[in-house]
Amino acid sequence: MLIDFFLHLKRRRLPVSTKEFLLLLKALQAGVVRYSLDDFYFLARSVLVKDESLFDRYDRAFGEYFHGIMAASGGEWAIPEDWLQHAMQRYFSPEEKARIEKLGWDRLMEELVKRLEEQKERHAGGSKWIGTGGTSPFGHSGYHPEGIRIGGPPAGNRTAVKVWEKREFRNLDDNILLGTRNIQVALRRLRHFARTGAAEELDLDGTIAGTAKNAGWLDLKMRPERHNAIKVLLFLDVGGSMDDHVELCETLFSACRSEFKHLEYFYFHNCVYESVWQDNHRRFQERIPTSELLHKYGSDYKLIFVGDASMSPYEIALPGGSIEHMNEEPGAVWIERLTAAWPRAVWLNPEDEHYWPYRPSNAMIRQLLGERMFPLTLDGLERAMSSLQTR
Amino acid sequence: MQFEGSSSYIVTRDLTLAVNAAATLERPLLVKGEPGTGKTLLAEEVAAAFGMPLFQWHIKSTTKAQQGLYEYDAVSRLRDSQLGEAKVADISNYIVKGVLWQAFESEKPAVVLIDEIDKADIEFPNDLLRELDRMEFYVYETRQTIRARHRPLFFITSNNEKELPDAFLRRCFFHYIRFPDRETMTQIVAAHLPGLKRELLREALEVFFQIRDLPGLKKKPSTSELLDWLKLLLAEDIPPEALRAKDQKTAIPPLHGALLKNEQDVHLFERLVFMARQGR
Repeated sequence: MLIDFFLHLKRRRLPVSTKEFLLLLKALQAGVVRYSLDDFYFLARSVLVKDESLFDRYDRAFGEYFHGIMAASGGEWAIPEDWLQHAMQRYFSPEEKARIEKLGWDRLMEELVKRLEEQKERHAGGSKWIGTGGTSPFGHSGYHPEGIRIGGPPAGNRTAVKVWEKREFRNLDDNILLGTRNIQVALRRLRHFARTGAAEELDLDGTIAGTAKNAGWLDLKMRPERHNAIKVLLFLDVGGSMDDHVELCETLFSACRSEFKHLEYFYFHNCVYESVWQDNHRRFQERIPTSELLHKYGSDYKLIFVGDASMSPYEIALPGGSIEHMNEEPGAVWIERLTAAWPRAVWLNPEDEHYWPYRPSNAMIRQLLGERMFPLTLDGLERAMSSLQTR
Repeated sequence: MQFEGSSSYIVTRDLTLAVNAAATLERPLLVKGEPGTGKTLLAEEVAAAFGMPLFQWHIKSTTKAQQGLYEYDAVSRLRDSQLGEAKVADISNYIVKGVLWQAFESEKPAVVLIDEIDKADIEFPNDLLRELDRMEFYVYETRQTIRARHRPLFFITSNNEKELPDAFLRRCFFHYIRFPDRETMTQIVAAHLPGLKRELLREALEVFFQIRDLPGLKKKPSTSELLDWLKLLLAEDIPPEALRAKDQKTAIPPLHGALLKNEQDVHLFERLVFMARQGR
């Protein structure tokens, strides 16, 4: 029962699992809610959606489903009318049933016709089409993080359908790529354990040695627990071409924040110049001189740039080349200063590696960093972390 | 068993449903929300409403999952053995029961609160999967399996500092406590401060929501801060008119230190008020 509802949520990219769905059915069976669509909405949300940032997506999916608009793909998912009707009979009050039937079916048919027409125009010859959100998910799927997450579409072809089709078979291994957790696991490579702080842990080896020295009388030794003492400076490019990668960078940022205790972060636009900022809302009022940072943080900090390194070459090479202000010294000088102050540095690039050769600025940055630029994928992240660790 | 809130704890319909669903199906309920919206209080209120004993486990960054089950106190056993104590022979004398063990052993069905689970290490929730699922665990030292007499009702709170693993989330019900709207807030205040004059409350809420809407605040004042502030206003016997002056943007509301806990926020606020005054 309600399988369509479940599938619909899945199709709307809500991470729902069979186990949770069965639990929802169990809850309905146990009579937690009765004959109220509102209550059903809350119950299903509490069982199926485990992240408040997905609530909005759930709301839309729920609205679509219960207003009778159904997703269809190919011909296989023609709407099983009787299923829907059956589901309704079981879970809705008569008034609601009447309302949905009246409002829903008409719109459903309308919508279907519209979709089919649209489909012919847009992807003639395409064998598959996905989702009823129609224009919106299609339109920007190409730029959608989901697309980037699977490693980017093949060069030169950034259409939504391609990305989607690709997803189907890469689902199994690549789907989970680059969630906060995965990034955190990759970041764990960058660890430098140190024992500082209160002695809380029993030092077994020390105790045995101490006890032996003490002629068999127990001599307890305690020591502080090990923890990650790595220090990280994060420089993030924001605005302009980076807007495409916002979600990915946010994920990286939140993973960094919880993984590293000593993390300082700063923003810049395109290239680093004499000042950076920490609060994007107040970037023009509160800027921090970059030279101050050079003096403030010791050379044991590791330096991570995050940016797509695509800009005009003048922004790197010439004074006054910045697109935002009059810079007295070229960006290259500042990057050199930073990498000299913190020799262990990498540049993470959210853009697909395929595009790198086509951007002159990318080559310049790579040269400045001694080829230590890595793509922002799990694999790239791991390579970056081991590079930071060894050099 | 239906949870409907209490005279001092106002719940919305969606929260009631989530609690009752979790109680009926005996699943843990994961509660998230802004600080000060009563996440921790929820477990206490439910325990009181259902008449169940409450076991609390407050998580710190150093907490291990094992500590919730039991700990083997090897050190004191070693010491006792040197002193020739008789109880050394029995290892079970040195097993210290954790919160979950105590809850599993409880005669009556119990409520267990795991507070701020996101403070612990990233693997912490994974280490509790089996315990939460099967409500049993194995004690290696004494080779016994501890099973819950009654499945306790779990409440787990999180402040979103770390993302929780999917496998863990799948086993929970989830509820996000939204910040109360004006209507709910009025109910909440009325429940806590029954004698409050309606006029003072209205003015105070006006000021409160205005402050919350200020852009750029580091920490927005929450319910508990509003209650503290109201108590202060009452104690100082400040008339509603004093608050209304704020509407004309001529004065900083009295005792605003109770609402804004951050130097920068106070500065920002004072600056905004000052600017408003200049603009007149």
